[in-house]
Amino acid sequence: MKWLIKGGRILDPASGRDEVADILLEDGVIAGVGKQIVESRGAGKVQAKGLLVLPGMLDMHCHLREPGFEYKETVASGAAAAVKGGITSVMCMANTNPVNDGASVTAYILDKAADAGLARVYPVGSVTKGMKGESLSEMGELAAAGCVAVSDDGHPVPNGEIMRRAIQYSAAFGLFVIDHAEDLSIAGEGVMHEGYVSTMLGLEGIPTSAAVSEMARNIALLREFGGRIHIAHVSTRSAVDLIRNARAEGLDVTAETCPHYFTLDQEAVIGYDTSAKVKPPLRTADDVQGVIEGLADGTIEVIATDHAPHHADEKDVEFDLAAFGISGLETALALTLGLVEKGRLSLMDAFTKWTVNPARIAGLPGGRLEAGQPADVIVVDADREWTVDPAAFLSKGRNTPFRGMKVRGQVVNTFVGGNMVFDRAKGITR
Amino acid sequence: MIGKSRHLLGLDGLAAADLTRVLDAAVGMKEVSRRKIKKVPTLRGKTVVNLFFEPSTRTRTSFEIAAKRLSADAVNFTASASSTVKGETLIDTVKNIESMAPDVVVIRHKYSGATHMLSDRLRCSVVNAGDGSNQHPSQGLLDLYTVREKKGNLKGLKVVIAGDITHSRVARSDIYGFTRMGAEVFVTGPPTMIPPGIEHMGAKVAPSFEAGIEGADVIIMLRIQLERRSGALIPGLREYARFFGLNAQRLKLAKEDVLVMHPGPINRGVEISSEIADGIQSVILEQVENGVAVRMAILYLLCGGTDEVAD
Repeated sequence: MKWLIKGGRILDPASGRDEVADILLEDGVIAGVGKQIVESRGAGKVQAKGLLVLPGMLDMHCHLREPGFEYKETVASGAAAAVKGGITSVMCMANTNPVNDGASVTAYILDKAADAGLARVYPVGSVTKGMKGESLSEMGELAAAGCVAVSDDGHPVPNGEIMRRAIQYSAAFGLFVIDHAEDLSIAGEGVMHEGYVSTMLGLEGIPTSAAVSEMARNIALLREFGGRIHIAHVSTRSAVDLIRNARAEGLDVTAETCPHYFTLDQEAVIGYDTSAKVKPPLRTADDVQGVIEGLADGTIEVIATDHAPHHADEKDVEFDLAAFGISGLETALALTLGLVEKGRLSLMDAFTKWTVNPARIAGLPGGRLEAGQPADVIVVDADREWTVDPAAFLSKGRNTPFRGMKVRGQVVNTFVGGNMVFDRAKGITR
Repeated sequence: MIGKSRHLLGLDGLAAADLTRVLDAAVGMKEVSRRKIKKVPTLRGKTVVNLFFEPSTRTRTSFEIAAKRLSADAVNFTASASSTVKGETLIDTVKNIESMAPDVVVIRHKYSGATHMLSDRLRCSVVNAGDGSNQHPSQGLLDLYTVREKKGNLKGLKVVIAGDITHSRVARSDIYGFTRMGAEVFVTGPPTMIPPGIEHMGAKVAPSFEAGIEGADVIIMLRIQLERRSGALIPGLREYARFFGLNAQRLKLAKEDVLVMHPGPINRGVEISSEIADGIQSVILEQVENGVAVRMAILYLLCGGTDEVAD
């Protein structure tokens, strides 16, 4: 099927193109971008006047829960949520059951993704077998099976030598380590940011230093042994400073943050709102500013969702017992546009962090609107105001602290590989 | 109603007038408790369920006696004998109890915010009898009552709370209650037990234990709980007693008519020496007596009591 998207504002961060033009999708790739592309026979037409046309977003960090936790999310439900949210490629973390520490689990996930036929799914293998932090996973096998990175996300790698070796060994297979930086000996039994709100609520806190301490260790390893790491879900000003300095030194460190870290602070937990229980925790208002500054100056090159869907029963409990995590695929775009609206980031910069940057860092196809590129394209109504209603999510995870929030910006159409997979009016169209 | 709520979850949302109303109601209740026949029919036909998910004898007994003195039917539900160990969620457990149509459930739970979560889902009134490290409002109120009874007024008093502030629900309710009534509240203890940002709640951190006690009108000593990762917080009880315990020598720094209080149970020789606990400044047992009166007042006000208390 051919698609002609007419008259939209084409925004392509990779080339810097920002103009009203047409774009033709044919045979799974972008056939052309230009003024007044002539309608070819049999092409579906999308009238995009007044709308944004962007490369499909690439989410470097999400949890699809399958295999093992299908009651929270499946690859299919997660992929549906992704394309509804404008995300055409997702990297899914390895903390499934069994853990994705071998080719069979990777193949299973890819099978499920192919069945769903929605977003492109790139599995992330675990750093250590069973995510136990003890011995390295079979990374060669993981890479051969289709993993694009390794991470024990959800757990840190407490053993410094294992982390050192993981950084070195993974490079042999074109993989890189995504670092969930958390020093558990500092984080203890904390359930939220340690500060005046945890004091007021009588909840155990997670000090800021829990993240920075382990991150500093890993940066020291890079400095001595070389290699690269990507730091997941940066949430504090101190972490941004650390990463900024490491990058200035020339170390190969990249970093991501998530919409909730530039939108909410610790006060979201007041009232014991378990939907705001997330790891790393929502930090201070100053940390939010620090993260935004890190995005603005390029220290943080990527925005990712850390989509962590949970069943309602896992959130509808005492705060201490509630699961950590936010279901983020379907709010990411609007929250990103919210940051743009506040004037903190240009539209182009914001989508650079959702497209060309993650594609470059993770070595993934897509993220560009140029002839010959995969036809992963989204059409966005940036002005459309809507209210976040978790009941309308395609994700099984309705755990969001943004419930009831008025936001702006909604996906009208999503194309993956030249197929329309989502339409705002019709829903999933495949 | 207490304040604008049919629940009593904490003292943070209450104005001085709301607190005073409870204290005033408790005055009559104390009088009832001192009668020969310690019972009035005020809450006849009402059902109060004590739901204790954490062991407690004194608070539960205090609520039970309070309910019975008002002629309410008091039922105790203890977690160890309940289905919570069978994997039933807290909400399910409490919903089951609610189906039996109690008027008030009094809840003690090990996790902060547990009663807050339940209050949104129940038609009956919820009284927080202590939730994790969060609040213990009936204790806060009985502390206010005891001090008001002794001092006449709370305004301008120097109140110092000493011990593990981080993990104390009593401290939080006391800080809100005393500051709202116009007292100046200081907290003190080992630095490992002072939580960040406590100033946001209206308390000041005393530069030292001694500085805190100096000129104090009220000293509230908190029980040191050994079970809480205490190895990382304090080296041991012997050292705690020596540097952070209340003894006769330190007490001399306070005002002559200082009141020494403790929510109980006390660890003699640890946070408080026996001579102080049993000394003339100690009002620890009066706190317990007042606890019944204050809890009667709480139940009475939540059950919509506008009738005369005395028959």
